[in-house]
Amino acid sequence: MDEPLNVVLFSGTDDKLQAAAVLTAGAAALGRPVNLFLQYWALDAFRADRIDADHGLAPEAGAAGRAAVDGLRAAGQASWAETFRQAKELGAVDIEACSLSMDLLHLDQSDLDPLVDGVEGVTAFYLKAGEGQVVFI
Amino acid sequence: MTDTITTPAITRTIDARGSFCPGPLMELIRGIREAAVGDILSVYSSDKGSKTDIPKWIEKAGHRLVSLETRDGYDEIIVEKTH
Repeated sequence: MDEPLNVVLFSGTDDKLQAAAVLTAGAAALGRPVNLFLQYWALDAFRADRIDADHGLAPEAGAAGRAAVDGLRAAGQASWAETFRQAKELGAVDIEACSLSMDLLHLDQSDLDPLVDGVEGVTAFYLKAGEGQVVFI
Repeated sequence: MTDTITTPAITRTIDARGSFCPGPLMELIRGIREAAVGDILSVYSSDKGSKTDIPKWIEKAGHRLVSLETRDGYDEIIVEKTH
């Protein structure tokens, strides 16, 4: 079994989530298991009622970045949520919500998009990550 | 006889032009899964990463790269499903 890719998603803006979705899909395509752990604003972005809403961009994007991102989307780029769905079809992609962030945002799992497989604590995440690296986005 | 170096007959063509990275690769993987061993798949991609990414994926996955041609505004990658 290939070494898993372990990613903590903290930021909830569409650009960072898109980048994370592409990294996830690439790893899944190569047969690497992917463990994603959703914290804070990334978890908020996975709420079922607003996963497809506009979550803004990182501050460094500026107006030109906004226009560039909008242009790619208009040209047919799949959303980050759709890219995560495709990645899950391809391979072993596990998406877990951080239990502390669930409390912070007053969320139940039923509030989250079905992309999210479950809720767990940080220890469970580290146990799945094993000796592998952890990427923080 | 001229059949010694001809390209094998293509079983299925996947037109992924207009799809952005990693879309064409994901469409190809889906196609490979649906295909039978020995099928020849052709994928069209206008994404600039595909001509490096897709052959590397084919090698890693253990299939056979038949050909890679750059055409007008896109690349055509032909692969044989070997297992």
